[in-house]
Amino acid sequence: MTLKTRLIPCLDVMNGRVVKGVNFVDLVDAGDPVEAAIAYDAAGADELTFLDITASHEGRDTIFDVVNRTAQHCFMPLTVGGGVRTIEDIRKLLLCGADKVAINSAAVSDPDFIARAADKFGNQCIVVSVDAKQIESDRDENKEPARWQIFTHGGRKPTGIDAVEFAKNMVTLGAGELLVTSMDRDGTKIGFDLELTAAISDSVSVPVIASGGVGSLEHLVDGVKIGHASAVLAASIFHFGTFTIGQAKSHMAANGIEVRQDPS
Amino acid sequence: MKQIIAIIDYGSGNLNSAQKAFQRAAREGGVDAQIIVSSDPEQVRKADRIVLPGVGAFVDCREGLMALDGMEQVLQERVIEAGVPFFGICVGMQLMAERGLEKQVLSGFGWIKGDVVAYLPDDKQLKIPHMGWNTLDFIQSHPLFTDIDSGPNGLHAYFVHSYHLEVKDKSQLLATAEYGGLISAIVGRDNMVGTQFHPEKSQKLGLAMIGNFLRWKP
Repeated sequence: MTLKTRLIPCLDVMNGRVVKGVNFVDLVDAGDPVEAAIAYDAAGADELTFLDITASHEGRDTIFDVVNRTAQHCFMPLTVGGGVRTIEDIRKLLLCGADKVAINSAAVSDPDFIARAADKFGNQCIVVSVDAKQIESDRDENKEPARWQIFTHGGRKPTGIDAVEFAKNMVTLGAGELLVTSMDRDGTKIGFDLELTAAISDSVSVPVIASGGVGSLEHLVDGVKIGHASAVLAASIFHFGTFTIGQAKSHMAANGIEVRQDPS
Repeated sequence: MKQIIAIIDYGSGNLNSAQKAFQRAAREGGVDAQIIVSSDPEQVRKADRIVLPGVGAFVDCREGLMALDGMEQVLQERVIEAGVPFFGICVGMQLMAERGLEKQVLSGFGWIKGDVVAYLPDDKQLKIPHMGWNTLDFIQSHPLFTDIDSGPNGLHAYFVHSYHLEVKDKSQLLATAEYGGLISAIVGRDNMVGTQFHPEKSQKLGLAMIGNFLRWKP
């Protein structure tokens, strides 16, 4: 098999600006998502994900401009998530130059939306964000296997829905890929929730992107080898310049993971 | 002389990306070209080269194209009769087949002998869609491949698809990609080529291949 494991940097965008800033030495404006996208493109990222966390309705249109400008400069696949709720939202993002959209809250509140979206645009461009948190009590008291429940609204709202069942259901409805984020691990830098990633990846036929918790290059390797992910996503280790895309890929390759290392 | 390249807009595909990639490849390759995106058959008729993108399902793309009155007739006239160079991308490539078997059986253009069928890797553990970066194996020489490295150590192309064109006439299969079996990555004959992958999303390989297409004189 020569399909390569993908390494995907993620940028949080609010009102058209990168939220945490990107620590690349040669950026004129570290807050401009388009500049960051161009830098990641040049560094050999396999895809790019924008997560729009704009809260206000008025600010929502800024993401379209960001996607449009990015598509003018970057010839790599682009996924956009955050606030995608209608067929019209998807259509606009795709027309601006996004290749895939990541859907979270709307997939929970109206699962049939995923079926309609996949039917309209093809399942290859419908990514469902599975934001999950482990249910602690089961483990401690009853020694049952680990379970996770789905959260929406950026991890603030629990739903009581079982994450693995939700993931399987989304694939049946037409999701072409799952972005699995551990809300327990997000921002902790202690590594992916590998049990969660593997539980979902082993239950579905579509590719799974592991997300949430990367703090070292070893975590990326674990996500693939132990979590069985087809792609690994990270944000802060790249933004803050801890590691470059090239270093991450070299480390993955040295650990026997096939990655794309085209000369630039 | 300035060439006119028409990218057909039939409500499918990432036309913004395709247009920008063709503009950039023309600029970098020193090709004087105007890249237009059009749903007007008369504009497409005047083009020196024609590009047919497409994402989603075969049936939706087929219906979208048929909804443009006269477009398919212009394609047949220009590509088959006049020999204008043609580039099909993803479902645009699949439409070159005799039939598509996704959701329902529908006829394609019939330019490439074969049907578009669900791709089933030998290894059932492999994920579908076939999504991501894969290398190509060029199984014939072709002007589109000039200065592009293939094989396990070659450049990568970006794929995202669950169906592929099962080519009956092997002389029309130009390149494959390996994924628990062989995927038809590039098909073609005479003045036409089609790629299952997305050259407009394939960075170095994609821009090089588009540049070669713009210089191609079949």
